[in-house]
Amino acid sequence: MSEFFTISVLFATLAAGIRLATPYLLAGLGETIGQRSGVLNLGVDGVMQLSAFFAYWTALRTDNLWLAALVGLGVGVVMGVVYGVMTVQFKAEQGISGIGIFLFGLGFSDLMFQRKVGTPTFVPHKLPTVDIPLLSDIPNLGPALFSHSLLTYMAFLMVPLVSLLLSRTTFGTNIRAVGENPEAADSLGVSVARVRYTSIIIGNAMAGVAGTALVLDLGIFQPNLTQGLGFIAVALVYFGAWRAPGVMVGALLYGLVQATVVSWKALEIIPRSWSDIASSAPAVLTIVALVVLAGRISPPAALAKPFDRH
Amino acid sequence: MAQDDDSPMLEMRGITKRFPGVLANDSIDLTVRSGEVHTLLGENGAGKSTLMKILFGLYQPDEGDIRLNGESVKIVSPSFAIEHGIGMIHQHFMLVPTLTVAENVALGTRSTRWPLTDPAVVSERVSEISERFGLAIDPSVEVWKLAVGERQRVEIIKALYREAKLLVLDEPTAVLTPQEVDEFFEILSGMRDSGHGLIFISHKLREVVAISDEITVLRNGRVTGHTTPGESDRHQLAELMVGREVSLAPDRPPVDVGEPRLVIKGLSATSDRGTLAIDNLNLEVRAGEVVGIAGVSGNGQRELAEVVAGLRPAKQGSVVQINGVDAVGAGARTTRQAGLAYVPEERMRDGAIGEFTVSENLVLIDHGSKQFSSRGLLRFAEIKRHCRQLVDQFKVKTPGLDTSTSTLSGGNIQKLILARELASGPTVLLAAQPTRGVDIGAAEYIHQQIIAQRNLGTAALVISEDLDELLAISDRIAVMFEGRIMGIVAAEIATREGLGLMMAGVAEGSPA
Ligand SMILES: Nc1ncnc2c1ncn2[C@@H]1O[C@H](COP(=O)(O)OP(=O)(O)OP(=O)(O)O)[C@@H](O)[C@H]1O
Ligand SMILES: [Mg+2]
Repeated sequence: MSEFFTISVLFATLAAGIRLATPYLLAGLGETIGQRSGVLNLGVDGVMQLSAFFAYWTALRTDNLWLAALVGLGVGVVMGVVYGVMTVQFKAEQGISGIGIFLFGLGFSDLMFQRKVGTPTFVPHKLPTVDIPLLSDIPNLGPALFSHSLLTYMAFLMVPLVSLLLSRTTFGTNIRAVGENPEAADSLGVSVARVRYTSIIIGNAMAGVAGTALVLDLGIFQPNLTQGLGFIAVALVYFGAWRAPGVMVGALLYGLVQATVVSWKALEIIPRSWSDIASSAPAVLTIVALVVLAGRISPPAALAKPFDRH
Repeated sequence: MAQDDDSPMLEMRGITKRFPGVLANDSIDLTVRSGEVHTLLGENGAGKSTLMKILFGLYQPDEGDIRLNGESVKIVSPSFAIEHGIGMIHQHFMLVPTLTVAENVALGTRSTRWPLTDPAVVSERVSEISERFGLAIDPSVEVWKLAVGERQRVEIIKALYREAKLLVLDEPTAVLTPQEVDEFFEILSGMRDSGHGLIFISHKLREVVAISDEITVLRNGRVTGHTTPGESDRHQLAELMVGREVSLAPDRPPVDVGEPRLVIKGLSATSDRGTLAIDNLNLEVRAGEVVGIAGVSGNGQRELAEVVAGLRPAKQGSVVQINGVDAVGAGARTTRQAGLAYVPEERMRDGAIGEFTVSENLVLIDHGSKQFSSRGLLRFAEIKRHCRQLVDQFKVKTPGLDTSTSTLSGGNIQKLILARELASGPTVLLAAQPTRGVDIGAAEYIHQQIIAQRNLGTAALVISEDLDELLAISDRIAVMFEGRIMGIVAAEIATREGLGLMMAGVAEGSPA
């Protein structure tokens, strides 16, 4: 145990935690925007896998990480349009539609991988880390906080941006109105459909970037790459009470616990056979938090309810 | 809006609207001029809200023509209506509770700091409007924290903020207390004087007479008459509306009052916010009497109803008994078995399930009984017969038994719930605001039914903010103020003025 509590191991774990939190954070923030507009998307995990595959494939073929990230984002946008057509246009039941998207993402990314790649191969270059000048020179803390990939910086930058979007912009006010009382918004000439479409597309695009961040961090794709990460991201929205900072706390918690488990395994503080159980610690924490918080915060009143003029 | 002095503000000609199985509007004509309050009067389901939703672009008419200041227009959406100076205050509040007053008001409008919101600018304009029309409100507070009367003000400010010249008010007073109604009417008069055109909908004839310049009467989707308060008094209006003579005060033959069926002793309970809502309250309702509870809303009436129905816990030492059975925190099942029928105030939330059909709602409580099910299977033929009978008897206006309840008009949902509750043969009846939003004809019927139950020996407790209603049906009237009973008066000697004083917290007999 004592090996863990050395400065270098602790800070290395912190750095790893932040890195691992990135996809949770991006996907969770995207889902937050969608849910605030009243649309539940359980398909996040599937979208992440699709984006992850196409970003990976692009990186493999072109060795251009920018292009790969753009492709990942684009796949998210396309899936957002698809999900919007299903839930806004055709008012399909959102729980089932989301599961459909998930299954499609899981299956199709697998199929494409078998067809186009076959054997797992590393991409020529992983996401590079970018040191922030001066700040990254701070002893210990510097490398832990200020030596990450651009996608990680972007994810954390999105936290204040999403907060600002929701609380201070007209579009954010429309999102909240449409998620709480779409009839009221509609009666004032706010297009419920347009606001929801836009929110869904932003949310899915962020899920796409989350998948991209995950795969380019690992440098390799495999079927079912996410292993439920997207579902955890949905739970984090509840955990975070539909607010960006709350989602960030949840994502960090997940990242840090995961990093700790990895580090304990490496240091053989816990036997390898326990690792699966230890990995579920964050899930247990989330459930505990949800039970404790239950009833104190209420979800957007129109969450998962299709809007129809009566 | 271009002002053309010759043409009226609004002309609707030959408006027809069909829903599956219903002709909601049948070639309706309506003309409204600036500086007038034009009232639409009609029974539940007559088509008033439908006509107004067409005017506001929420529905498209199947036939007909709309002119604004003489210019023919096709109102394709609410935004179009808003741009053309039409504002609407809907029958149910159209507010987002989690947003502030300023955010609600500015929703859907252009911001001077786009893409950011401009709460300071909005608040300033809201204050201007508030001052000009006497609508006191704090723009920075979230709407869920506001009282009902204040929410109504936000709705009006929303319309005025968009510079509405023609304002539709669909039953704006249904949820207001008498004092709030007086304030509200002053605001409306101010708007009329500044040249606005107002379309007003209400079932309360006292209000209609007080505020209207013109009255158009609708029945079954058609215009059946025009009048003014000068030409018709309350009784004549009621007759025009229902098409037959209506008695505004039902017969109450004397009955022998029996033993106490509902006993409340030392009851104290808290509200949802945790404050003391009921403070050591004592009350008895005996077999064969109607006891009315008067009071300004928010003085513990809602909590009282919920405690009696077994749905809200009370403080230690509180006693509530229905036919000798303890009701405090007992749950709805127990209180029902003890003989209680409960008509809740929030009928859409607590009284009926909107997505269910009319017949499903009618047997919501009894579907497990012998009459309606055998060996776990529902007996559809029997259910259908029973429901048909209730719908006919209570004159619930619905295209069929399989219609989704949420599409019925407000008053018809209330009749549906009452039909179900009274069919259960209660010995204690608890009704909160039984005729809120209900038309005169239906209110008459509901009152007759409550009296009929009393004559059969039921103990009835009726909570209402409508003093005319309480004076018409009660044997005794208790006034609630700050969670206590200020006094109980026999209905024969009660006056509006005396009750009004007690409602304001001035005890009976004490100097004002
Ligand atoms: N969206 C809808 N779908 C089907 N039928 C409808 C719909 N809206 C209204 N109706 C029907 O049209 C008729 C007129 O309803 P409307 O709401 O206009 O009545 P109203 O005059 O406003 O009654 P109330 O005084 O009870 O509010 C009713 O029979 C109602 O059931
Ligand atoms: Mg109506």
